[in-house]
Amino acid sequence: MNKKVEAQDRRILLSETVELGEKTNKGQTVTDPNVLFNEMEREASFLTGSEVIRAAIKRANLDVSVAYPITPQSEAAALIGELYAEGYVREYFRGESEFAVMGQCAGASFGGARVFTTTAGPGTLRAMENFPMWAGSRLPIQVCVTCRGINSPLSIQPDTLEMYYLLETGMLVWHAETAQDLYDWILGGFMVSEQPDVHLPLALCCDGFFVTHTKDTVMLQSDEYCIPAYDPYRSPVPCMDMECPPIRMMRDPFIMKSNYISYMTHASWQQEIHAAVERSRKHTLPIMNGSLIETENLDREILIVASGTAVSQGREAIRLLEEEEGIKVGLVKIKSIRPFPTEEIREATANAKTIFIPEFNIKGWLAREVKSILSNNERVIAGPHVAGGMTMPSEVIVDEIKKSLGVAGPRLESRG
Amino acid sequence: MSKEKIQLSEDLADIMPPEYQEMVATATFGNEDRSWKDIGTSKELIEQHSLCAGCPESIAFRFILASIPAPEDSVFVGSTGCTSLVFPHVGVQNIHSLFGNQNAIASGLQRALKLRFPDVYKDVIVLAGDGATVDIGLDMTMQSWFRQEKFTTICFDNELYANTGGQESGLMQKGFVSKMAPVGKKFEKVRLPEIAFESGCHYVACLTVSKPNRVEQVIRNAIYVSREFGPTYVQLYTPCILEIGKQSMEGLDEMKESEAIGQRFVMKEFMTDEVKEFLKEKNAEQKARKKAAKAAVTA
Ligand SMILES: Cc1ncc(C[n+]2csc(CCOP(=O)(O)OP(=O)(O)O)c2C)c(N)n1
Ligand code: SF4
Ligand SMILES: [Mg+2]
Repeated sequence: MNKKVEAQDRRILLSETVELGEKTNKGQTVTDPNVLFNEMEREASFLTGSEVIRAAIKRANLDVSVAYPITPQSEAAALIGELYAEGYVREYFRGESEFAVMGQCAGASFGGARVFTTTAGPGTLRAMENFPMWAGSRLPIQVCVTCRGINSPLSIQPDTLEMYYLLETGMLVWHAETAQDLYDWILGGFMVSEQPDVHLPLALCCDGFFVTHTKDTVMLQSDEYCIPAYDPYRSPVPCMDMECPPIRMMRDPFIMKSNYISYMTHASWQQEIHAAVERSRKHTLPIMNGSLIETENLDREILIVASGTAVSQGREAIRLLEEEEGIKVGLVKIKSIRPFPTEEIREATANAKTIFIPEFNIKGWLAREVKSILSNNERVIAGPHVAGGMTMPSEVIVDEIKKSLGVAGPRLESRG
Repeated sequence: MSKEKIQLSEDLADIMPPEYQEMVATATFGNEDRSWKDIGTSKELIEQHSLCAGCPESIAFRFILASIPAPEDSVFVGSTGCTSLVFPHVGVQNIHSLFGNQNAIASGLQRALKLRFPDVYKDVIVLAGDGATVDIGLDMTMQSWFRQEKFTTICFDNELYANTGGQESGLMQKGFVSKMAPVGKKFEKVRLPEIAFESGCHYVACLTVSKPNRVEQVIRNAIYVSREFGPTYVQLYTPCILEIGKQSMEGLDEMKESEAIGQRFVMKEFMTDEVKEFLKEKNAEQKARKKAAKAAVTA
């Protein structure tokens, strides 16, 4: 568990029944994702995050998507509807609530379809009962979570607290920093979660508005290509299509009995789910440039460790600190939260004296995660935090670092 | 799936469980006119059950599983409750995921199967308790009807939450004293059959499971209609003998009493004129098939 896996020359493994080079009904060429992701030429486009979701799904050979409106994912969900109208997505409809939508997604996935949906904030929490069920049923559904506030009074603004609730559902949980991450990981995410030894749902999280509603330059392959279709017969549990002889056993383990064997079955099934999360590491490396983290200047005594758009703010804070104060700070970007890059973070922070963890949520769950795996974790400073939609200007991170170093003068006030 | 897929590998034959051996030898898969009368001659779909002795749900299960026209291409969707205790023993693929989400699961499943097998009828059949159908899952039950999802919803109406120990449910009778209705239920039994018809179900039936012929007929009707027209709904009274204080042998009497004239389970059937015509033809076809089969045997 929590072992680092070396990148070596890992490639994305494919179903043997996939016919590369075949044309879809929209004339797209089914392409080896190793080629599509790493070798194919890309062109720059200037898109919002929602448009990027559309762009990725267009190339995702998607069977089913179920939609429900909630800011800030409504636009993306509607754009997938456009792809359905154009014939790129094979089935699409609006469900009646996020609880129902996640059930509809589950039904489609049980039936052997590749499924994608989007949700956010209260929608994620309304849907929550489904997520451990998806994982327990080994359904490789992908849900893009465009994080927003979840607490009362109502807030539609960016806030990553909802991710904390997802961490132990048995899903893979990734946190995109940029629109480019989002694009690459939607496509790559299917290839990872559909591996037979993983076969788990993926919560692909991004920060609402900051990623969904701002425009960014994204490098896209031509939309004349798409990834191979999902092969339901690579699933480690039977596909519910009555194409293999039935047995008198339901798909979930026999938990209905009150005896030791049934408790053991259930316990070992849970262990297996979390082991499958761990097994996803080796498949994730080719998707995430060879590591679940990305680092800059690890020789420095001060590090910022972050995920999502807090990484971007951290990067800018590092530039300001160096330019204006001569303070040198390194950076660790965490891309995958489940599986958690335990060894990678330990190695990356080995020389750090102080570790700052800026976050867009009030409780600092990432800081808790990092603290829990480091020795000398008094090095970890959980902050700064913003919440409820507040932005986190890089200056706030700069101030936090200066304050803890005993360097005078809060920057925000001095800006007038 | 065709019956041909249910084969024994000769090399493994001696270690395959007897149930599987029997399934290969005597399964009625592939026979569209399978019937409750096969019960006892073939048990490929259900053998034991873990319900209370004499629970009418158990016989309802047998009738339904013996009546579905294409078990080789049918997938059941269940829900938490006493019904979910039986599914581990059933030889048809079935999904039990959460409590109350059955019609949402079925909506996604039916659409996925239609995409993947456009030329085959893959029958999706929901089978859930009254709490699942009418209370916690009502939204998803009705929304699937509004959306005209092409599958059958069967509700085992035992007029209470049996699996959690006999609490009030929406289908409980007014005035009935139970857990969580300590001074008697204060509102009427929800008229779900009428609501179902109003909500877009093309065929609705409500009855007890005292008469196997009737159960078989409505199940077949509901499935055939769901293939061609859209949602269908069957509500079956399967009294929870445990919670209403009856003995194992008294379930049948309870059902017979409740379906007598003037009682709440007099058989009801609602269908559109189109569906009536369609079923007439379907039944005539079946009769002709049966007659031909009989003639072939006696000839
Ligand atoms: C979300 C959720 N809430 C409550 C329960 C507890 N629960 C399990 S079975 C059940 C009652 C089922 O009643 P019904 O659907 O009528 O089926 P029956 O047992 O009567 O056949 C309840 C309340 C649950 N499993 N999940
Ligand atoms: S509790 Fe009631 S419904 Fe459940 S198995 Fe026993 S008799 Fe049947
Ligand atoms: Mg009940």
